[in-house]
Order: sequence, then C-alpha cells, then structure tokens
Amino acid sequence: MMEAERFEKEKSRWLEDTYASSPESDGPFITVSGEPVDPLYGPADVRDLDYESDLGFPGEFPYTRGTRGNMYRGRPWTMRQFSGFGTARETNRRFHFLLDRGQTGLSVAFDMPTIMGRDSDDPLSEGEVGRCGVAIDSVVDMQTLFDSIPLDRITTSMTTNAPASIMLAFYLVTGERQGVRFGDMGGTIQNDILKEYIAQKSWIFPPRPSMRITTDIMAFCSTEVPRWNTISISGYHIREAGSTAAQELAFTLADGMAYVQAGIDAGLDVDEFAPRLSFFFNAHMDIFEEIAKYRAARRIWARVMKERFGAKKEESLLLRFHTQTAGCSLTASQPENNIVRTAYEGLAAVLGGTQSLHTNSMDEVLALPTEKAVEIALRTQQIIAEESGVTNTIDPLGGSYFVEHLTDRMEEQALRYFEEIEAQGGVLEAIENSYFQRRIADAAYRYQLEIENGDRVIVGVNRYAHEDERLDIELLKIDPAVECEQVQAVGRLRVERSAAAVEEAMVELRRRAEGTENLMPAVLDCARTHMTVGEITSVMKDVFGEYEERSIF
Amino acid sequence: MAEQVKTQRVLVAKPGLDGHDRGAKVVARALRDAGMEVIYLGLHQTPEQIVQAAIDEDVDVIGLSILSGAHMTVFPKVIELLNQRGASDIKVMGGGIIPADDIAELERSGVTKLFTSEAPTSQIVEFVRSLVLAC
Repeated sequence: MMEAERFEKEKSRWLEDTYASSPESDGPFITVSGEPVDPLYGPADVRDLDYESDLGFPGEFPYTRGTRGNMYRGRPWTMRQFSGFGTARETNRRFHFLLDRGQTGLSVAFDMPTIMGRDSDDPLSEGEVGRCGVAIDSVVDMQTLFDSIPLDRITTSMTTNAPASIMLAFYLVTGERQGVRFGDMGGTIQNDILKEYIAQKSWIFPPRPSMRITTDIMAFCSTEVPRWNTISISGYHIREAGSTAAQELAFTLADGMAYVQAGIDAGLDVDEFAPRLSFFFNAHMDIFEEIAKYRAARRIWARVMKERFGAKKEESLLLRFHTQTAGCSLTASQPENNIVRTAYEGLAAVLGGTQSLHTNSMDEVLALPTEKAVEIALRTQQIIAEESGVTNTIDPLGGSYFVEHLTDRMEEQALRYFEEIEAQGGVLEAIENSYFQRRIADAAYRYQLEIENGDRVIVGVNRYAHEDERLDIELLKIDPAVECEQVQAVGRLRVERSAAAVEEAMVELRRRAEGTENLMPAVLDCARTHMTVGEITSVMKDVFGEYEERSIF
Repeated sequence: MAEQVKTQRVLVAKPGLDGHDRGAKVVARALRDAGMEVIYLGLHQTPEQIVQAAIDEDVDVIGLSILSGAHMTVFPKVIELLNQRGASDIKVMGGGIIPADDIAELERSGVTKLFTSEAPTSQIVEFVRSLVLAC
C-alpha cells in the first residue's frame, strides 16, 4: 500500500520533471481499441491486485496465468492452419502438405454454399463453389477430404455453424468408415450460432431452434463423442466485424454463458458438457491489449462457471482457446508486410497462453493462400515456439504493472457490457434489438475514421505507401471448372444412392425435428444414406423456418 | 440561396452468401454522413433483387461489396440485368477482396469503379459525387 502511494506521488513529480525538458509528441497514445495508455505504470496501478485470488498458479483457480500447470513446457500449442479450397481432393492434398511440414492439427475452411447449408448445384451457389473454402456436399466428399488421414490420430477443427450437426455427422461417418470409433475421434466444430447473428452472419434458422440444435449436439457428444469440443465460442468474427477488444471479450463470454444456461435449461448437468466448451479469439495488432484480453477471459470464465453456474469439475472452469491472427489487420498493399504483422499477433496469442493457433498467410487479404505463403505462416509459429525463447516460462508478462492493469481494466469493461446485455433482456433479446450489431458497427466506423484522419497509422497504406505499387507475389486462383465438376458429382450422387433409404432417413429426421428427441442420430443416418447438406438443411428449414436480419448500418 | 442540388441516391448491398458486412456498413455510413441518401439492402442479395431494388428506389449508383470470390459472376450479372431492364444509366461500383487482374477486367466490362479494402471512404464519397455530376 505504502509503495503504491509513494509511487503515485513520485510519478507526478517525475512526469513534471520529464515533460519540462522533453515533451511528448502528439500521439495519440491509444490502443487498437482506442483506449488511452499512460506513459508509465507502477505499483499504484495494481494496488487492488491480490496474487492468490486474482492470479494464482497456472493450472489453478482462477487460471489467469494459464489453464495447464506445465503450459508450453509440457507441449507447445497445436499449430492448426485453417485451410480449404476447390474440391475435397485438392484440399486433401493441402492437408497432407501441411502435415508433412510439421502442422499438428487440421482445420477445415468450407466454401460459402457449404457454410450456408446449400448444395453446389443450388442456384444461389453459382460462382461460390470452392471459392473461399472446400466444397462438401455429402459424406462422400468428406471421405475424400480425409483420405489417408487417420481420424483417431489427428484432431480436426471445422468452421461450421448453422449446419454444424450435419458436418459433424459427415465427419463421424467418415471415421466410422475408416473403422474408427466415435469415442476415439477428437476435434472441434465451431457451432457458435449466436455470434453468427451478432457478427459473422452465416445463419440459416432462427435463434431459438438453432439453440435447440446446439443443445442436442452437446447432449449427444457428451455420451457418444466425449473427446469432441462441441462449441468453439467465437470472438474472432466479432472482432473482425470491427468490435473493440473489450467487446470481443464481453460479447463472446456472454454468448458462452447463454450456451451454458441453454444446456442447463435443457436438463443437462453443467459438468457433463461444460468441459467440452472451448473458445476462439482474435489476435489483433496491439500486443499488450491482446494479452490482457486472454488473461481476463480465463479469469472471468473460471469465476462465472464456479460462482454463477455452480460447476464442480475443474475442467468446467477452464477457458481453453484457439487464436487466429487478425485478418482485418492485413493490408493488400505491400502484402509482404503482413508476415511481420502476423508474427507479432501470433506472439501475443502465445504470450496470452493460447491452446492452438492459426497464423494468417500474407496473401489472405487478396485470395486464398498459396503453398509458399502458408508455409511461411506455419514457419512463423515454429519460430515463435522453437527459437524465440518465449515458451520457456509460463505467463512471462504476469506481474507486469501494465499488463496486470490492462487485464483488470479488460475485466471491468466486460462486466459492464454484461450488465448492458442483461438490461436488454439477455443475449437473444440483444440480438433481436440489434444491440450487438450497432455497437460493432459504431466501433468499426470509429476505427475507419481514425485511419482516415491519421490518428491510426497503417504502414504501407496511410503512411510509407508506394506511389505505383505492383504486386510482387503470386496468387492462388481457383479453377472455374471446380464448380462444374462439383455440380456434376452431386448430380451423380443423387442418382446412385438408394432413394428408399434416403426417404426413410428424411422422415425420421422430420419426426425428430418436429418433436423433442435428439436430432443427431437422425442426422447421422441421413449422412449414411448420402443425403446432401442441402437436402438435410431443407428438411430442417421446413420445420424450423429461416432467419431474417433487420439490416442496420 | 444556392440552387437545390439533387440528393444522390445510392443503393448499397452485399451479394453472395458470405456475411462480411463490415465494409458495406462503413461505406454506407460514410455516404450517408456525406449527405447522400443511402438504401442499405443488407446481406445475401441476388443480382435480381439488387437490380429490382435499384429500379424501384430510383438510385443513381449501386455499390456492391463482395468478399467471397464470386465477383466475376455477380458483377457481370448485375450489369446484364440492368441493360435488360433498360436501366443502364444506373452506375455500378463496388469493393471487397478483388485481385487487380479481375478489377481491370470488370472495369473494362461495364463496372464503373472498384475499390480495394484500403480505399479511404473520403475517396469513395468523392467518386460518387463526381459520378452524379457527370450524369
């Protein structure tokens, strides 16, 4: 206490002395989120911090310093590059390329039709097949995607939300056909529909039936696929849509609490499903702000799970997370600079204790990555892990006056946002009122204005730009023939499968959708009969309806 | 008193299946703040819906944001539909993730102007102003 008071007094003297002789530049001294930063932090800024209750030891409550006791001294984070393009065959080749170069997990990027539950031959899919991810129409494509990749030995993350139950079923049946038991398969489906309404906007059904699908998946996996992470509660897209770091943190954790409540309301025991919830955050350019965000996230989640939801199991309290570096921070100009940006962002994620990491490729602001670009991105992680020395000790920034202060401030801001969301009536109501969408649009616009008025420097864009820049890197091009090939393949599939089996599976799916029995066994049977993602989705749309957004800007 | 200048009407829409609407919203807001009338159509719009709305709303310019890679399909279709409907006086501009080669090709085939993600909104505002003056 004395130290804090003495510091405060001495700090004002020091500031006066310093600025009398050497004033500051105009700044502004703000974080990426627009938060002001002081010239110096000291004991006064952490005076309320209690080591035992606020930080603790890694692997111990409240987990501020890390979810595992041994952290990266035990094993490094999983290096998991998000990838997918063209057909399943092409993406399978990319998967093997990445695994051969030392990647330790897989992460599937689906194309937009697959993400939206549409087949490649759907009229609305025209021009989109295989463009920004891999086209998967049925379990047959999924089998091709994982050809010669043993699903009991590699874990896979799949970015799928509205049709998550279907992609999970395709994956599980693929494993089944490789002779792997459900219980031996591990991985993650994003399956975070709330953030779709908030930010990413890849919804199909309205929120309430979507939440029912989610709780069905949680219930099914808790007994049948216990190693599966059933929801990856995602702040990444909220941030990419333009939110601040504190909003990313708060809105994501609020979504997490809504899922936990939904699980409890569906009659599940919190300790049965909570250990399989994981998180997914962005790593933007402001290193310390990001580190503070991850540390605050672990602490808030542990406290909420214990105190509010009464979780007993330790695994229920752990906020495990994947990180992706910020796509929105990359620049189309001088794209090679993106390698450097990504390295700093990846470093922040590691200093913040991430469990897995995707580092963006330098060309992702222009197209899907080339092999060369993705290899550099993977090497970036390997250099952080094996050369930089930052993995030698756990939570190396713990105790930094600045980082502890930022961590506290991040937590306070999150708690204030929770109150605002409560005041709206909860997450679903806040979505319906466009609360999140407005907050994010406001923050995105403010950020854009900061760039335009020069308060925020983007190297190579609003400073150090080349007059007539010429792109010096090769870009990946998707062959337009992919769409034609995929459309023909799905046409053949419809002819070759058993119509009677499809009919039977469809009837059972509809029956369960209209009732309350778990959907998953029926979706699995649909997958086994080679029903397509579009056909399965159509049955669900018939029963659940479709969501329409109020468009605000 | 200066003579009343016609307020420019701009339709902003997101064709395609993706939901990356940050850019579209930022541009819509900047155009509105610059005094234009902005009709924001929102996500998942088909070329048919976009052209119909542009005609119904009697806009001067259509601004489309595409980040899904479907630009070589969507832009030509919108231009073609405008021509079919006798509405080729409505200018089409856009932005998003569009490689330089594709920008050049689209600008040759009827798209008035494409901006990359780094274009300042002030530049987009100026461009729309100049377009409407030229009409």
